[in-house]
Amino acid sequence: MPNYSWPPMESRKQIGKRYRRVDGIEKATGRAKYNSDLNKPGMLFAAMLTSPYAHAKVRSIDTSQAEKMPGVTAVRVVAPAGTELQWVSQEIAFVSATSEEVARDAVRAIKVDYEVLPHVVREEDLSKVADRAKPAGEQVTGDPDKAFREAEVISEGMYGIPVLTHCCLEPHGQVVEWKGDQINYWPSTQNVTNIGPDLAKNLGVPATQVKVHMDHIGGGFGSKFPADRWGVECANLSKASGGRPVKLFLDRATELNIAGNRPSAFAKIRLAAKKDGTIIGWESSSWATGGMSGGGMPPIPYVFVNIPNRRMNHTAVMTNCGPLRAWRAPNHPQASFLTCSAIEDLAAKLGLDPMEVFAKNMQWVAEARRDSYLAQLKKAAEMSEWSKRWHRRGDSGPGPIKRGMGIGICTWGGLGHASNCRVTIHPDGSVIVELGSQDLGTGTRTVIAQVVAETLGLPLESIKVNLGDNSYPPSNPSGGSTTVGGVSSSSRIAAVNALEKLFEKVAPALGAQPDQLEAVDGKIQVKGNPSKNLLWGAACKKLGVQSISEMGTNDPRNPRGLNTQGVAGIQVADVSVDTETGVVTMNRMVAVQDCGLVINPRLAESQVYGACIMSICGALMEERIMDAKTGRVLNPDMEFYKLAGIGDIGEILVDLHITPENDKRGVIGLGEPPTVGGIAAIANAVANAIGVRVPTVPLTPNRVLAALQERRA
Amino acid sequence: MSKHHDEREEKALRSGFSRRGFLKGVSVTSGALGSAILEEDAQAQTAGRLFGPSAVPITLNINGADQKLTVEPRVTLLDACRNHLDLTGAKRVCDRGTCGACTMIVNGKVVYSCTVLAIDVQGKKIQTIEGISQAGKPHPVSVAFVNNDAQQCGYCTPGFVMAAKGFLDRNPNVTTLEQVEKGLGGNLCRCGTYVGVRKAVLEAAKAMKGGRNA
Repeated sequence: MPNYSWPPMESRKQIGKRYRRVDGIEKATGRAKYNSDLNKPGMLFAAMLTSPYAHAKVRSIDTSQAEKMPGVTAVRVVAPAGTELQWVSQEIAFVSATSEEVARDAVRAIKVDYEVLPHVVREEDLSKVADRAKPAGEQVTGDPDKAFREAEVISEGMYGIPVLTHCCLEPHGQVVEWKGDQINYWPSTQNVTNIGPDLAKNLGVPATQVKVHMDHIGGGFGSKFPADRWGVECANLSKASGGRPVKLFLDRATELNIAGNRPSAFAKIRLAAKKDGTIIGWESSSWATGGMSGGGMPPIPYVFVNIPNRRMNHTAVMTNCGPLRAWRAPNHPQASFLTCSAIEDLAAKLGLDPMEVFAKNMQWVAEARRDSYLAQLKKAAEMSEWSKRWHRRGDSGPGPIKRGMGIGICTWGGLGHASNCRVTIHPDGSVIVELGSQDLGTGTRTVIAQVVAETLGLPLESIKVNLGDNSYPPSNPSGGSTTVGGVSSSSRIAAVNALEKLFEKVAPALGAQPDQLEAVDGKIQVKGNPSKNLLWGAACKKLGVQSISEMGTNDPRNPRGLNTQGVAGIQVADVSVDTETGVVTMNRMVAVQDCGLVINPRLAESQVYGACIMSICGALMEERIMDAKTGRVLNPDMEFYKLAGIGDIGEILVDLHITPENDKRGVIGLGEPPTVGGIAAIANAVANAIGVRVPTVPLTPNRVLAALQERRA
Repeated sequence: MSKHHDEREEKALRSGFSRRGFLKGVSVTSGALGSAILEEDAQAQTAGRLFGPSAVPITLNINGADQKLTVEPRVTLLDACRNHLDLTGAKRVCDRGTCGACTMIVNGKVVYSCTVLAIDVQGKKIQTIEGISQAGKPHPVSVAFVNNDAQQCGYCTPGFVMAAKGFLDRNPNVTTLEQVEKGLGGNLCRCGTYVGVRKAVLEAAKAMKGGRNA
C-alpha cells in the first residue's frame, strides 16, 4: 500500500509556499475567457420575459407579434395561461434572436394579461404576514422555566438580519448549442461534473449527450449549482433555431431578483445567566423567510450548542420573493449574529468584558474545538489591541465620534468532497492533472499544482492542471468548503499512484527496488544514496511510448488522514461611529481562523480577507429591500444594492492559526467559515461604541440614528 | 423613414455623428443625461441629424487600430466590443455605470463603457484591457495585481486594472492608501479583493515611475 500521507511540515518544498495563483496573469490581462465572454460562430442571443408582479395569474399570453419580428428565431412560453406566478421576475417566456437588442425588443412585444393576486413580501413584522407564518413547533431542552427563575440576571434583545442576494458579478447563464444528439453546454457553474446530468434530466435526454466546459466562473457563492430554467430553455431555443448556439446571461435586475438569496433571520432572545456571565438558560423566538419555501431556523444557539435549559420557537414565513439558494455558509452568519449579539448584550448588562464572557461560556462549546476557541480569543485580543481599546458599552468618551470593539464567532465542517483525479506522466516528462472540478477564484488550480509538484518532486511550472470539463474524472460541486480537501487529496493519491508506476519502470536502471526510490528536486533517486539518480526527463524516457495515467479518489468516508473537518474562528471588529451622521467606519477587522494544513497561505489569506469584506458589506450596506405595496425589489441594481468599495474596509489582519497540531489534522475547507462571524463582530462593536444595540443590520446611518434617538427618548 | 431622412442619414454617416441629433431622435433631452461632458461634446458638433433605429456602419479606433462594424445606435461601447469585436476583457456586470467592470480608457479618460454609446466614440482613441500589454508583456498594473493576489474570481479584475492604469497615468506620484482608495472608488468587487488591490496599485505606481513601462 503506497504511503499517501502528506510529507512532514518541515520537509515540504511546494505545499505551504506562497505561490501566486497560476491563472493570475490570464485574468489580470483580460485574456481569461468566462463562458459569458463566448462568441461562437452563428451565435444567437436570448432574452427572458419575467413577471412584473409578486403574485399573479397569467390569463392569456400572445407571442404572435414577437414571433413575426425580423431576426427572431424562436419563442418559448414557460408560463402559459393559467400559471400562477409567485414572485417578481419569475420566468414567463424566452426568445432567441440574431442580436441581443432584437431579443429584448421581441420580449417587449409579447402581450400578457395578468390577474393580479394579493402578495406578502416583507417579514420583519410577524404581525403583518397574515396566513404566511408557519410555526415549526417548540423545542425544549432541560428546564428553561427553572433556569430563568433562578437566574441572577436576565438579558433580552431583538435582532434582525435581512435577506441578501449573492450578487455574483458574472450573472447566471450559459451558451448552449443543441445540434442533433450533441449538446454543448457552457454554463457559469460551481458544478462542472453534475450540471450536465441536471440539464439532461430536464431535457429528457441521456446525460451522455451533454458536454460541459467552463474555464472560469465570475463568482457563485453557493448560487450556481443547477442548470436552471434559463439553461433548459436556452437549450430548447438552440434546438428550435436549427442547432445554432444561443447565449443567455441574466441582466442585473433579474440576477438580483431570482438568481438566489440568503434567507433572513429575526429573533427575540432571552438569556438567563449568573452574575459572572455564565449562561444557564436560552429562550428564542425566531422567524425567517427565503421566499415561498419560508426559511428555516438558523442553528442557534450558535457554537455554544450545549447551553443548558433551552426553549426555542421558530416560524417560517412564506413571501412572494425570489427563492433562496445556498449562500456562503448557509444560515451560519445569521446564527452567529443572533447568538453573539445576545451574548454581547448580556456582557454589557453585567458590565463585563465580552472577551471574558465568551471565554467563560466556552464550557458550552463542543469539546473538540474548545481549546482552539480559547487560544483564538487570546490571539484575536492581542491582534486587535483589545485590552487597550475595549471599554464598557457606551463609555467611549466625549465628542461625536465613538469607537467600539466587538466579537463574532464561527464554526464549519469543510470535509473534502468526493473527487477523482487523473495524473498522466508522458514519456517527454510533461505532467497533466485532470479533474471535473472548478476554480471559483479560491485558487483550486494553484493548490492542485502545488500538491502534484510536491509529490513528484518537480517545480510548480511543470504541472499542467486541467479543470472545468465533464470529460475529466468526476469531482463534486464546489459548495460547503469541500473542494480544497477533496481535490488536494484526490490529486495527492493520483500523483503518488503515478509515481509508483514510474518507479517500477526506472528501478532496473538504478539497480534498486521501486520502493527504494524517491522523487526529489527533479530527480528520481535511491533513498539514502542520492548519487544514484536519474533526472526526471531521463527517467520518463524509460516509459518508451507509453504514458502513465493513474487515478486517485478522495472518498469522504475514508479521507486517509489527508483531509478532515471542523474548524473554529474568532473575528474582532474595531469601528468608529459618527453619532451625528450615523455613519459607521471600519477601523480594523481581525480574523483568527484555523483551517488545518494550509497548502498556499497567500491564497488562503485572500479567502479570509474576502470573507471579512463580505461581512463588512453585510453588516453595513447590503440588504434586499422589498416594497410592501408593489411587491417589487426596490434595489435590483448595484447602485442601491450596496457593496463595500475599496475605501470602506479599513485594516484587515488575518491569522491562519497555522500550528503543527492544526497541520496534522490535514486539509480543511476555508471558503465559508471566515464569512460567518464578521457581521456579529461589527454589530457588537457598534453597540459597544454608541452604548445602544442597533437591532437590525445592515447598520445604515438611519438605523444607527434611530437607535440613538430611541435611547435618548 | 422617408427618402429625405435616408439622404440625411447617409450624409451624416459620412460627416460624423451628432449626439444632440441622436438624442433628439430618440426623444431624450440631453439634460436628462445630465453630464457636463455630454453637453460639451454635443455643443462641439453640428446639430440636427437623425440616426437609426436600424443598424449603421461605424468605425471605432480601438487599441490603435480602426475597427469597422455595424451596430444599432443604441448599442453601448461595451456591447459593441463584447458582442461585435470579441473584445471581452471588459465585463458587463451592473450595466449602468456603477461597478466599473466595463472600464475602458477613451482619449485618456477612464470611462464606464456600459454608459457610452458606440456611435459616440468614433474618432476617439479607445483603449481596452487587451491593448495595454506591450509586445506580449503584461502591463505593470496587471503584474502587480498578480503579485499581490488582487483577484479571486477575476471578473472585476480587468475593470480594476484599467481604472488603476488610468488613475496612475494621471497621478504618477501616488504613494498612499488613501489616494488609491479615492482613485479606485469607482469599481466594485464581490469576492473582496481590495486588500490586494490597494497593495497592487501602490506597487504598480512604483514600477511605472521606474520607467519600466511607457
